[in-house]
Amino acid sequence: MIDVQHLRRSFGPVVAVDDISFKVQKGDVLGFLGPNGAGKSTAMKMLACFLAPDSGTATLCGHDILKDPLGVRRSIGYLAENAPAYNEMTVGGFLNFVCDARSIAGDARRKALDKVVPLCSIESVYHQTMETLSKGYRRRVGLAQALIHDPQILILDEPTDGLDPNQKHDVRKLITGMAKEKCILISTHILEEVEMICNRTIIIARGKILTDSTPQELIQKHHCSLDEVFRKITSTKKSA
Amino acid sequence: MNGFWSVFKRELKGYFATPVASVFLVIFLFFSGYLPFRDGFFEIRQAEMRLFFANLPLLFIFMVPSAAMRLWAEERKTGSIELLLTLPITVSQAVLGKFFAAWAFLGIALLMTFPIPVAVYYLGQPDTGLIITGYLGSFLLAGSFLAIGSFFSALTKNQVISFILSVVACGILVYAGMPTTVNYLSSILPAGAVQIVESLSIQSHLDSVLKGVIEFKDMAYFVILIVAWIGACAVILEERKAA
Repeated sequence: MIDVQHLRRSFGPVVAVDDISFKVQKGDVLGFLGPNGAGKSTAMKMLACFLAPDSGTATLCGHDILKDPLGVRRSIGYLAENAPAYNEMTVGGFLNFVCDARSIAGDARRKALDKVVPLCSIESVYHQTMETLSKGYRRRVGLAQALIHDPQILILDEPTDGLDPNQKHDVRKLITGMAKEKCILISTHILEEVEMICNRTIIIARGKILTDSTPQELIQKHHCSLDEVFRKITSTKKSA
Repeated sequence: MNGFWSVFKRELKGYFATPVASVFLVIFLFFSGYLPFRDGFFEIRQAEMRLFFANLPLLFIFMVPSAAMRLWAEERKTGSIELLLTLPITVSQAVLGKFFAAWAFLGIALLMTFPIPVAVYYLGQPDTGLIITGYLGSFLLAGSFLAIGSFFSALTKNQVISFILSVVACGILVYAGMPTTVNYLSSILPAGAVQIVESLSIQSHLDSVLKGVIEFKDMAYFVILIVAWIGACAVILEERKAA
């Protein structure tokens, strides 16, 4: 469902994403790993059609990110890195705005809200303004926003960052629960998370894909924990 | 079209969800009422609103940029632009939605000056046509300044910088056509150049609308001004949204 071909993007002299290609199928949960500044967020921004690539392209649900960015945006749910939102709006107002923008109206809207609000457990803050929310609630509202139109593809940039252990557990459960009928791309620093929820993992550093395999394979191949595998792969490549 | 309406609705509500609307309206209504009275609104003993409309450009130079500065600067600073432009909304829909929402807000502010025409009608028989064209001219003026303001708001993440730049740009457009400026310019520039400066300024086009003359060239001036600045805003935004 996601088909990335030779995607490349640089900011001035810095090459953030350097010629990456991969495919993700329905039912896959792909973990995007990499040290800070590896180009994970840049790659995700390009897939969400926020940034234009310098060269290369990608197809999501049959829509090309260059030729049909609106089609791509309609078919994906995207949670950006810091779960941006409008601070002066209430959670309800914000979700209604997202429904407006996604043309979900009437009965469909009521159904979508009834489903997504308990799913992300944000009932208790529904009438609060966004600026009064804690980081965890903010991120869950961001998640609700990404799920509201029941997209085929989910792109989540560090969805569990800033959540407490219980909330992390809930979000992971949520993702595994949806995994079968969707295609999910998540980026994270937390390696146990990858072991728990991803059936594939791509390690990326300095814009390049270093490995593309499953977490179990990596552990078996290197005979150590994922943590050490990660350090081995990303640091040897750096000094080379 | 949904993209446009969702942005429009959210923005217009946004003004009233924050103290921006009340602070703006109170200050605007106070000064738009105070300035004509200072200039002798009653003393001239004429049932007309000329003094009211004549003071609006000066007021708008400061008030409109203050309403426009948050449009894009805030959005880029808080990062919410990443949310907005990954929803199925195009840059032009977002730019137009925000522009028209802010313009509608300024329209509401103008409508709330209704006690002045009410007073004028109570005291005498004013020329209704003049009042209508006066409001039309002021509304177009507000739209032009707003277009300039949204351009500068897209240019920077800092609201203060965006405010100052738009005040200066609006000020230049108004003051370039003032008689004192024109007199001064004619002493250093050839006559042709002075005329170009004068016809590029807002003053001459606004004056004829305020006099009740609605001509194609004046309407075209305002429309071109708005379209050009809004277009520039969309181009800048497309380029800088992620920076």
